Amino acid sequence: MTAEPLLSLENLSTHYVSQQGSRVVRAVDDVTLSLNAGESLGIVGESGSGKTTLALTILRLLPPAARIVSGRLVFDGEDLRTKSDSEMRRVRGKRIAMVLQDPMASLNPLFSIGDQVGEPIRVHEGASRASAWQRAVGLLKSVRIASPEMRVRQYPHEMSGGMRQRIVGAIGISCGPRLLIADEPTTSLDLTIQAQYLDLLRDLQRRHALTLIFITHNLGIVARMCNRLAVMYAGRVVEQGPVARIFNAPAHPYTQALLGSLPRMSDERERLTAIEGQPPDLASLPPGCAFAARCPMAFARCAAEAPPEFTLGEGRTARCWLAAPATARAPLSAHAVGGEGGAHAEGIGG
Amino acid sequence: MSVTTHPTAVPAPAPIAFWRLKGFPLIPVLILLLIALVAIFADVLAPYDPEIGSLARRFRPPAWQEGGSMAHLLGTDHVGRDVLSRLMYGARVSMIVGLAAVLFAGVLGTFLGIVSGYLGGWVDQVIMRLTDTWLALPGLTFAIFLAAIVGPSELNIIFILGGVYWTRYARVIRSEVLSLKEREFVNLAIVAGCSRRAIMWHHILPNVINSAVVLATLMLGIVIVTEAALSFLGVGVPPPRPAWGLMLADGKKGLMVGYWWLTVLPGLCIMLMVLSANLLGDWLRVKLDPQLRQL
Repeated sequence: MTAEPLLSLENLSTHYVSQQGSRVVRAVDDVTLSLNAGESLGIVGESGSGKTTLALTILRLLPPAARIVSGRLVFDGEDLRTKSDSEMRRVRGKRIAMVLQDPMASLNPLFSIGDQVGEPIRVHEGASRASAWQRAVGLLKSVRIASPEMRVRQYPHEMSGGMRQRIVGAIGISCGPRLLIADEPTTSLDLTIQAQYLDLLRDLQRRHALTLIFITHNLGIVARMCNRLAVMYAGRVVEQGPVARIFNAPAHPYTQALLGSLPRMSDERERLTAIEGQPPDLASLPPGCAFAARCPMAFARCAAEAPPEFTLGEGRTARCWLAAPATARAPLSAHAVGGEGGAHAEGIGG
Repeated sequence: MSVTTHPTAVPAPAPIAFWRLKGFPLIPVLILLLIALVAIFADVLAPYDPEIGSLARRFRPPAWQEGGSMAHLLGTDHVGRDVLSRLMYGARVSMIVGLAAVLFAGVLGTFLGIVSGYLGGWVDQVIMRLTDTWLALPGLTFAIFLAAIVGPSELNIIFILGGVYWTRYARVIRSEVLSLKEREFVNLAIVAGCSRRAIMWHHILPNVINSAVVLATLMLGIVIVTEAALSFLGVGVPPPRPAWGLMLADGKKGLMVGYWWLTVLPGLCIMLMVLSANLLGDWLRVKLDPQLRQL
């Protein structure tokens, strides 16, 4: 195994531009992430924070109004930004697969399960219908569907929700991809099915040595599924690093607030904690930190100047002035930062 | 009492219209089958040659009327041709022209509708503006205009009718594709690396076939009436051939002097066929609706 990461994004930005070019929505802004083979990365953030656009950017499946404006997008040693559309088609489904937000609706009602699970195999490997069916039977078995020989002949409406979900999972892994992107695959499921599905995904990840990107707004799922976490806010990755370390000591106030808003069994609070205010309009971002207006720890510099990504130990970064090393803090009101930063360094999760 | 009554098995009362549509339209289907069989076996069934008559036996009334004979069950026309034989061969013309024109319109319209709806952009603009232009012209007038240019023949009529009526398919299919292409399974196909062509013909087409079939049965009536109208106006099937519309045209002069069978009988045939096709289409529309079918 080389040290080269499987997927690396460097300062990647994707903007939506209105037809007149007057409005620019910075859906993904200056994102730097890297993911080694076999890792699983959770991307969390509230609705509209750019999670899905980031996933679509990786697959180069953006709507016509969106454009990758800058940055590098390297997958398995190849720059995906320079690939042609037909080259990208050979990547999608074969080397990078994706499970969509609503897998219940992801199956074509008119085709048998065997045809649908076998389709990527036929598209990418030119397999015959019969051999694709054979492979489909094996894939259904690997997603723990009982009597797969019978099920391949059936149609989506004959399946339960959990089964359709697993079939979509089987389609995802049908060509043995290196990277699987799951975009909120469990939002439409009830909790027991959700738990089974997550188990299955983790199991598939282990057995097929998959690298997983898990997009969700559920921190519980991240804790369960992922070893790395990236928190997105207003199109930017505000904090990333190993899951356990972020959960124990979140560096960015937004991450702290997200974790603080989770209810706990031991909670005696009457009401859940919410983050006050609204996320900013991505078309007119404030000059400083996008979270400053809602941040309980904001100070003068936050509103004036957007923080860069500060490195906090191995593989861990945060976009917050509070996380800045002492030398970087110096220029503006050093004493105000000192107190809060010091208190913060202890972390609130300890 | 009879064993066929199940008073407890009756479900909650449903709207009457729903039952009418849900039930298989047996009589319309039987009528269509009968017309189809007659059309296929016209050679065997028809007692006389439909194009050759005898002037000595012109204007014979139907057998049950005074002056009629069993030799000509439905009478004879102004040149002594047997009306029954002409109706039988006319069924062949109506069936062939109707089905072929609907098929041609359907293939052309469905193709353009899918391309237009799925690709969008300037392709969509061009096809839809073309459709708008087409729909601005009255169908029958347009067909007469085209027939006047290319000349009347059965084959030409097929292409003219198909060329006039494809727009309905294009519109309906396009709107269906617009909603289909936002469906998650299309996204899944994109994510799985399918090309646009594969998505259009492999994923979208099977999903719009139902609508195309329903539209075809409803169009069959319109096309047959238009074919009859063209023949009636003299720009359709050329005269010696037996076509229902042509029989109407030939018989209309006799209507005032009591030769009713020359117009009423072919008119009845057209009406029965169109009505049957429409009833079948209505039933299919409900039966093949994907939402209702999945329930």
